[in-house]
Amino acid sequence: MHNGILYLAGQSLKELMLPVIGSELIVNLIMTLICIVILFLLVATSALVFTLGERKVCAWIQVRIGPNRVGPWGLLQSTADMLKLLTKEDIIPHGIDRWLWVLSPILIFIPAAMVYALFPFDDGVIFADVNIGLFLLIAISSQSVLPFLMGGYASNSKYAMLGGMRTVAQMLSYEIPMVIALMGIVMITGSLKMSAIVEAQSEVWFIFLQPIAFFIFLVTALVESNRPPFNMVEGESEIIAGPFTEYTGMRWALFFLAEFANLLSIGILTTTLFLGGWQGPDFLPTQLWFWIKAFLMVIVYQWIGWTFPRTRMDTILSFGWKVLLPLALVNLLLTGFGIYIFRWLL
Amino acid sequence: MAQTEKFVLNMGPQHPSTHGVLQVQVELDGENIIGAKPVMGYLHRGIEKLMESRTYQQCVPFTDRLDYVSAMNNNLGFCMAVEKLAGIEVPERAQYIRTICCELNRIASHHVFIGSLTNDLGSATGMIYAFRDREKILDLFNIICGARMTCHYIRIGGVIADAQDEFIRKTEEFIDYVPQMLDEYDRLFTGNEIFQKRMQGTSVISQEDALRFGMSGPNIRASGIPYDIRKIDKYGVYGDLDFDIPVGRTGDNWDRYMIRIGEIAESAKIIRQCLDRMPDGPFMAKVPKVLKPAKGDVYHRVENTRGELGFYIVSDGTTKPYRVHIHRPSFINLQALDHMCRGMVLADSVTAFATIDPLMGEVDC
Repeated sequence: MHNGILYLAGQSLKELMLPVIGSELIVNLIMTLICIVILFLLVATSALVFTLGERKVCAWIQVRIGPNRVGPWGLLQSTADMLKLLTKEDIIPHGIDRWLWVLSPILIFIPAAMVYALFPFDDGVIFADVNIGLFLLIAISSQSVLPFLMGGYASNSKYAMLGGMRTVAQMLSYEIPMVIALMGIVMITGSLKMSAIVEAQSEVWFIFLQPIAFFIFLVTALVESNRPPFNMVEGESEIIAGPFTEYTGMRWALFFLAEFANLLSIGILTTTLFLGGWQGPDFLPTQLWFWIKAFLMVIVYQWIGWTFPRTRMDTILSFGWKVLLPLALVNLLLTGFGIYIFRWLL
Repeated sequence: MAQTEKFVLNMGPQHPSTHGVLQVQVELDGENIIGAKPVMGYLHRGIEKLMESRTYQQCVPFTDRLDYVSAMNNNLGFCMAVEKLAGIEVPERAQYIRTICCELNRIASHHVFIGSLTNDLGSATGMIYAFRDREKILDLFNIICGARMTCHYIRIGGVIADAQDEFIRKTEEFIDYVPQMLDEYDRLFTGNEIFQKRMQGTSVISQEDALRFGMSGPNIRASGIPYDIRKIDKYGVYGDLDFDIPVGRTGDNWDRYMIRIGEIAESAKIIRQCLDRMPDGPFMAKVPKVLKPAKGDVYHRVENTRGELGFYIVSDGTTKPYRVHIHRPSFINLQALDHMCRGMVLADSVTAFATIDPLMGEVDC
C-alpha cells in the first residue's frame, strides 16, 4: 500500500538485516536507532542549509548579493560560520544562575528536534505515527517556552529578563488560537494522527477547505517560532538579543540551531496540515513534492519576515486575543456547520 | 497581591539602536516607560574651543564633523557667518552650487533618517533600500569634490571647485529618479500596516510643547508650525526659488516621518530650479589668504537638515575667532525625548529617538 522511495528503502534494509541478525526485535531496535540518527542529521542539515539560505534570501530581498566569498556561491559559508563560533571564547558572565543558564540552550534544542519525529515525510515514512500526533506535536513544541524564560532569568541581565518575559507572554497567548484553528482540520479528518491528516487531503488540500485556519496558522506559526515580524524575543533595536544577549560561541549557536530547526519545522507543518503533505501529481516522486512544498513555505516565511517591520509587544498580544482567537472560534463554528451540511447533502 | 518594581534600563552608549554614542536611562514599569533621561557627552571633542586656535579657513573642516551626515549644510552655516563678518560677497554661481549641494545633502541625510528609523522598527530591509539611494548622492559629492561624507567643499567666499558637466548631468539623472524612489518607499513601508500602526499617534508633541522645547527643523514642522529658516531669512538664493514647506498636523512619529518624505520631494524641486537657473561665472570670491575680519560679532543661522543651525562668532580683529558658539538643532531637539517617551512602551522609545533624528556629532559638538 505504501510506495514512497523512503518507505521502500526502509523496508528493503529491514529485509536485508532480518536473515543476518535473525531476531525481529533487534532489527526493529536498529531501525529505530537509524531513524533517530537520520532525524538528528536532518535537523543539523537544516541549520547548515539555513545559515546560508536565510542570508541569501534576505540578501535577494534587500537588493544585495549575500555571502559569496567562502566557496563557490558562498556554499561553504555555513562551515565558516560554524568554525568561527567554535573558536569563540566561552564567556560565562558573573552573577548568573549557573545551572539554568547552561541548561537553557540545550533544552531549547530538544523540543525543536523532537517534533521531527511526528512529521510524515513520505508515504508511510513517519517515525512515530501515534494516534494523538497533532496533540503531541503541539504539546512538545510548547515546551520551548521554558528554556527562553530560563535563559532570560538566569542571565542576570535586564535585556534578557525582558526578552524572556516577552517570549512567555507571546507564545502562551498564540498557542490558543493556533490549537483552536487546527481543531477545524481535526474535525474534518476525524483523527489526530498525522498520517491520517495527510491522507484526508488526497482529493482537496485543507488550505481550500480551511482558508481562515490557514491564515491563523500562518501568523501563529511565525509568532511561535519567533520569526520576524514577531521576533519580539530578540527585538534587537530595544532589547539587543533578548535571552540570547549573554551567550557566546556554541551556546549561542545552539539557540540558532533551534531557530533554524523551528523554521524548517513550521514549513513542514504548514505543508503537512494544509498543502497535502507529500501528495502531488504523479510526474514527480512524492518525496520530492514534500520538500518542494516545505521549502516554498520556508521561503514564504522568510519573505514575510524580511519585508515587514517588527510589531510592538502590546499589538501582538491584543491582536492574538482580540482578533485571532475570535476568528479561530468562528472558524470552528463554520467548520462544524460545514460538516453538518455536507453530511446532510450526502 | 503581586508587586511590580520599577527599574532603570541603561540603553547605550553601546546599544544597537542608539545611532551614535548616546546613553538613555529609561525608567521602566514592566514595559511601560515612566521616564527617559538622555546622557550625552560621549562624543564631545571640544570643537568650539578648538576653533579658537585655528584660522577661519582652518575652522571649516570642523563643521563637517558636527552633523557628519549633512556636512554641506554645516559648511554653509559657518562660511556664511564668516562672510557676513568679513563682508565678503559670494558670486552667484557659487551660491547656486552651494544650494544644490546643500539640498542634495538634505536628501542624503533624510535617507539616513529613513534607514535608521526602519532599522529601529526591525526592518533591516528598509535601511538597505534607503542607503542604496543615499549612495547615489555620495557618488555625486565624490564627483564634485572627491569626498563623500565630510566634504569640506563649501569654503569662505564660495566653493572650492566648479560644478563639472558630469556632476550636473548626474544630478539631473538623480532628480529624475526621485519620484520613482519615493514610490518604492511608499510601497515598502509608508503603506505598511505594521509601520503605520507603530508610528501613528505615538510620541505626540503638541505645538505648545514644540515651542516650549525650542525645537526646530522637521520636528517643529511636524507639530504644525511652518518654521523654516530658508523661508524666514531667505538666505543665499532661497528667496528666488519656489518651494513649499511640508507641515504636519498632530506631531506624532508618523508626521515626523511624512515631513521628511515631503522634504525630499521639495529638495528635488529646489535642485531642479537651481540647475535651470545656474549662471556662468566665477565660483569663488576674491578672499585674502590671511583673513582678518574687523572687531565685532556675528550670528548667522541656516536651515540644517535637523533644524536651525546657528553660528555665533566673536572676532577680535586677528586671524583666529575669539569665540565661536554653535547653536546645534539636534542638541535642542533631543530635550523632547523624555516628553515623547513618557507613557509609551519600551519599543516606542526607539521610534521616538529615531524620529527626533539627533546626530551625536552635533549633540556633543
